Amino acid sequence: MDLTSLVRKSEIEWWIPATGAMRVPGVIYASEPLVLGMDEKVREQVTNVATLPGIQRASYAMPDAHWGYGFPIGGVAAFDPDEGGVVSAGGVGFDISCGVRALHTGLTSEAVQPLTRRLATELSRSVPAGVGSRSRIELDDAELDAMLTRGAQWAVDRGFGFKADLDVIEEHGCMPGADPACVSERARRRQRNEMGTLGSGNHYLEVQRVAEIYDEPAAAAFGLRLDEVLVSIHCGSRGLGHQIGTEFLKEMAIEGPRLGVSVPDRELACAPVHSELGARYLGAMRAGINCALANRQIITHFVRQVFADLFPSSRLVLLYDVSHNTCKLEEHTCGPVRRSLFVHRKGATRALGPGHPDLPEVFREIGQPVLIGGTMGTASYVLVGTRESEARSFSSSCHGAGRAMSRHEALRRWKGSEVIHALGARGIVVKSPSPRGVAEEAPGAYKDVGAVVDAADQAGLSRKVARLEPMACVKG
Amino acid sequence: MPHWEHFAHDADIGVAGVGPTKAEAFREAAIALTAVVADPGAVLAVDTVAIACKAPTDELLFVDWLNALVFEMSVRSMLFSEFSVHITDGELTAEARGERVDPVRHEPAVEIKGATVTALRVEPVAEGWRAQCVVDV
Repeated sequence: MDLTSLVRKSEIEWWIPATGAMRVPGVIYASEPLVLGMDEKVREQVTNVATLPGIQRASYAMPDAHWGYGFPIGGVAAFDPDEGGVVSAGGVGFDISCGVRALHTGLTSEAVQPLTRRLATELSRSVPAGVGSRSRIELDDAELDAMLTRGAQWAVDRGFGFKADLDVIEEHGCMPGADPACVSERARRRQRNEMGTLGSGNHYLEVQRVAEIYDEPAAAAFGLRLDEVLVSIHCGSRGLGHQIGTEFLKEMAIEGPRLGVSVPDRELACAPVHSELGARYLGAMRAGINCALANRQIITHFVRQVFADLFPSSRLVLLYDVSHNTCKLEEHTCGPVRRSLFVHRKGATRALGPGHPDLPEVFREIGQPVLIGGTMGTASYVLVGTRESEARSFSSSCHGAGRAMSRHEALRRWKGSEVIHALGARGIVVKSPSPRGVAEEAPGAYKDVGAVVDAADQAGLSRKVARLEPMACVKG
Repeated sequence: MPHWEHFAHDADIGVAGVGPTKAEAFREAAIALTAVVADPGAVLAVDTVAIACKAPTDELLFVDWLNALVFEMSVRSMLFSEFSVHITDGELTAEARGERVDPVRHEPAVEIKGATVTALRVEPVAEGWRAQCVVDV
């Protein structure tokens, strides 16, 4: 991105002044090298989002921002419905509530290491992954409705996990306001055989060890110990969410202008919150969130079964579950007043600071665990929410590394078998049905996740707690 | 010559088809869609699926066409390699021919979540028509 179009406010904060149709400024949180590495489209998309009706404070981009559709990936924007604020299907994305959850295992890397290969094999057998994989769970209409209404709570009631899991999932595992009646028959059909499946692309199931701790008090509050083994699951709402996104993106593109929403680019497809279309999207999107929460809960159950067989002494306790493609109604301060805003996070993680009333009791004093996925060859991170992120980004932080190159370029540079071999030489086991998929997801195809979390830390969006290194990675 | 191609997008991928008619451009873009997932040359045209779409503009019809294919790929666990496409007055009818996904033979790389309106164009070009958009993977 061309720096001359930006006003530098600090080492880590860049503004796009509000001009023309922009109602608020754009704010990018990133180091200079990260900003230089961003596509010019990020600036354009941050600017476009700033023109939408009802937007509050600023159109934000997180340190891992890259070119999305309508909103940048890594974009955060909040809208006041009483000022004509909108809800945007593109501002949430196709993979509604895609997110990450991390599980403690109670095991050390020394205990797991001799069985890493077998563990990866068993996990890949237990969790359906990749194009064409099918679930062993088939839901009839009534069960699908129950799942869409109650999310992970439904999954726990059906024997997938424990009630205690719900305490450490956003919204306690159930997004209120979901309306299954707003979910089309086609979306339901896409989900019928996909419950408890991982998907493909950048989704993964990873066995990781705590390699470094930066913040001892926060790590202690999160139960993280050096060399402990964790399991991280990254996936979303599968076919159902994709179909909801597809249908509403089109409907908003057609109907948005008729509803009086003037947008500079049809990619910004949106509708007023106070409209029949806006309400219907919120009902469907919230059902999509519940689908993602249920999906990660079911996968958690499969993972627990594998660990129970291979490591009888293990105890897989959920650390936390975050979603990073959502629109949620939240209370925030804008100027002197508290307002109820529809906060869009597209490839951005909610990061609540200490004392926030929505945090589970166990984290209320320290702040929310913020789980940042890396690549299968680098690292993932655990951060903690800060008080100041409320004012800086509506309590939001980055969500991952962000791609540094296209899938084509990755395929041109690497072969899947070579990537698997190279990672194996470093002690990282990769299991995937698709060597081509591994090549497209090669660690080198991503930005430096360390630089991204450093920027998030420096900007006060969240604070670094621990670095997790991969031991085994199951990919679709 | 009708042909397809991919174009770069940060996290996702662009698909494009070029042909002497709109219908042929749409057909070529469908091959590009399959090529996001796997080598179209490795997909046998065994089973046929009928597809119909209707939209107020050529561009939205193109997105509908690709999304109809994404839907059929998803619910049938299929990949498609051959297409016949007809477009009349904003209505598209088509047949897509392919087979069930074989992970070993097809080495499918990634699922397609949906076609977007990003970089969406259906426009006349020197070779006839070009149809393109970014698909989310």
